Amino acid sequence: MTAGRLDHPAARQPADEAAGPQSPPAEAGEASWVQQALREHDEQAREELARQQEQAGNHEQAGNHEQAGNHEQASPGAARHVHRGSPQPLPGTVREELVLERIDRARRSRPRVREDRITMSHGAGGKATQTLIEAIFLDAFRNPLLEPLEDAAQLHVNGSRLAMTTDSYVVSPLFFPGGDIGDLAVNGTINDLSMAGAVPVCLSAGFILEEGFPVADLSRIVASMRAAADRAGVQIVTGDTKVVERGKADGCYINTAGLGLIEGDLLLGVAQARPGDVIMVSGPIGDHGVTIMLARGELGIEADVTSDTAPLHGLVADLLAQADGVRALRDATRGGVATILNEIATAASVGILVNEDDIPVRAAVRGASELLGIDPMYVACEGRLVAVVDPAHAERALAALRGHPQGAQSAIIGHVTAEPPGIVQLKTAFGGTRIVDLLVGDPLPRIC
Amino acid sequence: MRFVDEFRNADTAHALAARIAELCEPGRQYKLMEVCGGHTHTIYKHGLEDYLPEQITLVHGPGCPVCVIPMGRVDDAMALAAEPDVIMTSFGDMMRVPGSNGSFFDAKARGTDIRMVYSPLDSLKIARQNPDKRVVFMAIGFETTAPSTAMTVLRAAAEGLRNFSIFCNHVTIVPAIKAILDSPDLRLDGFIGPGHVSTVIGCRPYEFIARDYGKPVVTAGFEPLDILQSIYMLMLQLSRGESIVENQYSRVVPWDGNPVALKAIGETMELRPYFEWRGLGFISHSALKVREKYAAFDAELLFSVPGVRVADPTACQCGEVLKGVLKPWECKVFGTACTPETPIGTCMVSPEGACAAYYNYGRLTRTRVKEASRS
Repeated sequence: MTAGRLDHPAARQPADEAAGPQSPPAEAGEASWVQQALREHDEQAREELARQQEQAGNHEQAGNHEQAGNHEQASPGAARHVHRGSPQPLPGTVREELVLERIDRARRSRPRVREDRITMSHGAGGKATQTLIEAIFLDAFRNPLLEPLEDAAQLHVNGSRLAMTTDSYVVSPLFFPGGDIGDLAVNGTINDLSMAGAVPVCLSAGFILEEGFPVADLSRIVASMRAAADRAGVQIVTGDTKVVERGKADGCYINTAGLGLIEGDLLLGVAQARPGDVIMVSGPIGDHGVTIMLARGELGIEADVTSDTAPLHGLVADLLAQADGVRALRDATRGGVATILNEIATAASVGILVNEDDIPVRAAVRGASELLGIDPMYVACEGRLVAVVDPAHAERALAALRGHPQGAQSAIIGHVTAEPPGIVQLKTAFGGTRIVDLLVGDPLPRIC
Repeated sequence: MRFVDEFRNADTAHALAARIAELCEPGRQYKLMEVCGGHTHTIYKHGLEDYLPEQITLVHGPGCPVCVIPMGRVDDAMALAAEPDVIMTSFGDMMRVPGSNGSFFDAKARGTDIRMVYSPLDSLKIARQNPDKRVVFMAIGFETTAPSTAMTVLRAAAEGLRNFSIFCNHVTIVPAIKAILDSPDLRLDGFIGPGHVSTVIGCRPYEFIARDYGKPVVTAGFEPLDILQSIYMLMLQLSRGESIVENQYSRVVPWDGNPVALKAIGETMELRPYFEWRGLGFISHSALKVREKYAAFDAELLFSVPGVRVADPTACQCGEVLKGVLKPWECKVFGTACTPETPIGTCMVSPEGACAAYYNYGRLTRTRVKEASRS
């Protein structure tokens, strides 16, 4: 049983004894992926040990500390209770704290795709997607413009600041209450530009069509793209068309890219969030995801809910014109508001505390989510943004959002904290506290 | 929202919490087991432990359908799914459960036809639409889901469907509770009884726990106030030195269960002599198989199932977690080698698994909560 053990006194657990006679006999032939996971685990444990020894060295130079005190640097909270050199087992809360620190380190370690093949989870916008992006794409393409992994890259061209973004759309069904793949493809890209504070300039559109796809449907989609582009005041200036054999695609997929102009010295980014900042959303969350799920008709649930797909450039323009102190904007698409909050917490190395009671959710969305056992916090929106705002300007920012028809139901849902870094906490309506983590996969594939 | 908010009222929770605290005898520690994974999920999702005095520890029990499926059965299912012309259907919970060669999701990515269904009846629809395929439903769960599997078999028989069968992995809760009561390494003070299981089997089957083992049982609903009230009812019994079976979830659970559902199970399924539970080992008369009368719908007879026992990974301590001997974070690989993204143990897979619930929702100590609310 040495494989998973952390060989240092503080982290030793009573599990060895408890495993005793009840545990099944070890049998040969453990699966290879398990061995791989355990090897990685051992590697982490060795690194941890080395780090501690190094810290111990530093401590010895500074004073005369023993090894059990090494966690002082990692967490003052835990170290308060560590009995230096004492043979007594550590109290449960301290051991738990040490385990949590070990997990925090594991979560910060280099992402690695363990699967041999792409699974649906890799496209769900949660942890698996993040791992794929960081381990495969970012690793290969690494450059300073890509690295922040914002909704749009920010470029300097001849003294102008441009924002560039791209997004592909595979939503199923293609037509749904409140919109279709066409306006979704335009609005989504407009919104990614708007979140960088850019004024959208133009879009491209690429189509992958399946043999046999009705031209009438394509015309309908293209007409709604035109209408959405007109609404956002942009033109679709270039494009591409490919057709694949029947069965090699599902009707129609669309890719759009967008260019926008960032005015002045505005700099938005989730890494800029600071403790004390206020977090707001621009309206009820989860409308789009629930609409799509119900539109598929597999669940036999009917509800009066439509997609919130809409361009957010006007709302953002009002917000930035009327309020200073806006530090970051994100549109809460795949993975929902919960995923955005986690991205803020990780990028800025801050904690976030939100109040469940303050999060606007329509009754129909809440009801459907309750029935299906999903959390609206993870359900996609296509016309809502999350804003991080300096507390001194929060009131003005909220008023600006509420003053725009698309932001009438904006609400402050929480604030940024110093501790614990990288973790989003939720004060539940029931009065308890819990974590809001990234999901691994999404129960609802192909929502955009 | 009606029928939800009433059961999540923070003021009521505070009042109940105060009464629970009053019932704690000074210096006494209480260990209460919530048998059902659905309760574990509720407890973490709503942060219910914040309301409990430190003297009360909630121990997470074995009632998570996905968690108790041993690796060998997952491998068997994969072997079935890989047979020619087979479409395997499964609940979403099962998709991530690791077998020795990855999960259903991985098998799906390799080209095996595995489809997620919301109800076993959806499998019949798939069978009707694909007459040249053989549809196998991966049936899992306690008495909660067994009736819907039974109804599906009955419907398939009535329709004369020839291309549908079930791979039956239904288990029963009472033998598992008994195994835990007989386990020497755990001392429990009382049980929060499973709610959904009890809608089918009623409360009577738990009477032996109160009578023979002297432990109070309160069958509970799934909203946070249901659970808090059940804890209060358990504490009340303990303070009076009583041990009886009570029904907190009376708005749903009839004392004698649901005779129609029980009849459907009895018609189509019978007890197996023994069944392997993940981490708990072989427990006699603890699972169901398809009755001979419905052999035409029994995938274990229609296909050759390898039936090889695969040992759990040695580092995995799911068994101890399922029995409540270890807290999730006390497992050696918790959160490092075993995460929701790449689970080694089943407890990390299902939203009802104690490890997944703790990892996703509860990964903070009281100290951290306090620090955050200060900053």
